[in-house]
Amino acid sequence: MGQITLQGVRKSFGPVNIIKDANLDIADGAFVVFVGPSGCGKTTLLRLIAGLEDVTGGQILIDGRNVVDVPPAKRGLSMVFQSYALYPHMSVRGNIAFGLKMAGLPRAEIDRKVEAAAATLNLTPYLERKPRDLSGGQRQRVAIGRAIVREPKAFLFDEPLSNLDAALRVQMRLEVTKLQKQLGTTAIYVTHDQVEAMTMADKIVVLNAGDVEQYGSPLELYERPVNLFVAGFIGSPKMNFVSGEATGRNDAATLGIRPEHLRVGQEGEGWPGTVSVAEHLGSDTFLYVDAGKLGTLTVRYVGELNLKAGDPVWLSPDPARLHRFDKEGLAIRT
Amino acid sequence: MARKVTSRHVVVSTAAAWLFGFLIFLPILWMVLTSFKTELDAFAMPPKFLLFHWTMENYATVQSRSDYLHHALNSIMIAGGSTLIAMLIAVPAAWSMAFAPTKRTKDVLLWMLSTKMMPPVGVLVPIYLIYRDFGLLDTRAGLILILCLGNLPIVIWMLFTYFKEIPKDILEAARMDGATIGRELVYVLTPMAVPGLASTLLLNFILAWNEAFWTLNLSTLDAAPLTVFIASYSSPEGLFWAKLSAASTLAIAPIVILGWFTQRQLVRGLTFGAVK
Repeated sequence: MGQITLQGVRKSFGPVNIIKDANLDIADGAFVVFVGPSGCGKTTLLRLIAGLEDVTGGQILIDGRNVVDVPPAKRGLSMVFQSYALYPHMSVRGNIAFGLKMAGLPRAEIDRKVEAAAATLNLTPYLERKPRDLSGGQRQRVAIGRAIVREPKAFLFDEPLSNLDAALRVQMRLEVTKLQKQLGTTAIYVTHDQVEAMTMADKIVVLNAGDVEQYGSPLELYERPVNLFVAGFIGSPKMNFVSGEATGRNDAATLGIRPEHLRVGQEGEGWPGTVSVAEHLGSDTFLYVDAGKLGTLTVRYVGELNLKAGDPVWLSPDPARLHRFDKEGLAIRT
Repeated sequence: MARKVTSRHVVVSTAAAWLFGFLIFLPILWMVLTSFKTELDAFAMPPKFLLFHWTMENYATVQSRSDYLHHALNSIMIAGGSTLIAMLIAVPAAWSMAFAPTKRTKDVLLWMLSTKMMPPVGVLVPIYLIYRDFGLLDTRAGLILILCLGNLPIVIWMLFTYFKEIPKDILEAARMDGATIGRELVYVLTPMAVPGLASTLLLNFILAWNEAFWTLNLSTLDAAPLTVFIASYSSPEGLFWAKLSAASTLAIAPIVILGWFTQRQLVRGLTFGAVK
């Protein structure tokens, strides 16, 4: 119903290769997030799937059918834009109904579907308003309503929450996840925020400069990153990287240990250092430790730790959670 | 840095604004007042402001001497006709330049604008001769043609900037919603461009109405618009100030009324591209 496959997809703008060679299998009903730093090509990949850009090479299959030469209007997909892209001259009702009107549905059916979508999104009192009379969150819901009412094969979200304030973003994140589970439609969601990625996704695609670095579930990416880039991108605060040599080990060029897996130990146990900054949040304590030739290490301690700047500490990594990387940056797995 | 605004500031700046407004409006006000004076009062020194014998005789003379309605109708037809034809040509042109630009688009736009930089008098003789040979002198069609061509660069430029302001992703949303290019144009682009189209239409109607070079040189009576009507009052016999004022007031009245009711659109049209 909404199964999407990318085979050898490439995209260049003149001499610049934006997408190098993308191969992905997105199962029907899955919530897949494309995540990566600015300029990595995640929005371009989304637009290639939508049909708003043409591929330079490769195939895009929707339910087994290659849609590379099919215009966006005929691919059966819906997109939610970062700027919402609502039609300013139409009411909320008109905005949501537009796609159905283009599909030539009878008036009564259009009204029924629009009212159902509006009810799902709590937009019923605003149906006759114009977009300029709505708040950011309401406009966002109209954009989502416009997408869901067409019952597409898949939803495409292009950083839909980045224009909202922090509190609203958290609320909308939950609403979008619940809605997708309820409708069971495939969703592809682009974001640069790895917290959104980790909380919403069934599977995450980590992109870096046009390459797919890793494609897996959130926990897979967290526990078994395939390379330095994914290890450093997923997880907040960022994973600590120390050179293997500096720790006296010869089995890895780089070692990685997440801040939450560094134990603050007794005197003499582990790597010595001095606290340069201590952040006390009440629920957590973050320590930024100057560990000499190991560099600066970040430590996350659950609970309150009574340390301040200048105090000496000894840090030992949890051996079960230590990541090893070779000199090419690839993870070493036993 | 925020400056403290006291009520004294407000009073002073309001008074200054009114004063400047009044000074700018003064010539027109004077003209309207003069149209109600006798010819003698019109020449009076020191000039009489409001305390004079008010009379309607100038308006009566003007109407009996030449046909105001005929000239007004010509003005409407010429200004309206040239603007509409210019819009019909300019909309597709501006659309293609805004949404499907090529390497040459910028050059074409600048070249079009450059044609407005030349004083029209430079081509008066060749145009006159062409019009004479083609029998276009003193015809409404002839005037519509020249005014249309003259204003076309401005119309295209204005529409181009309005079309450029339309966010690309709204058109993409329409495409994702299943609209073909024709329906995208009809249901999304045109309605969003309507304010811009209205401003352009209005501004160009006013420019065509006031055009006093080609209308004076290429028409005499049949196709003569109100610009000729006014000019006919500055005759070798001398300047009949009062009658001239009456004629001018009659000539500008329609356009001032139109402008009053469409102020907002006009301001928008005149400041296009200023904030981008």
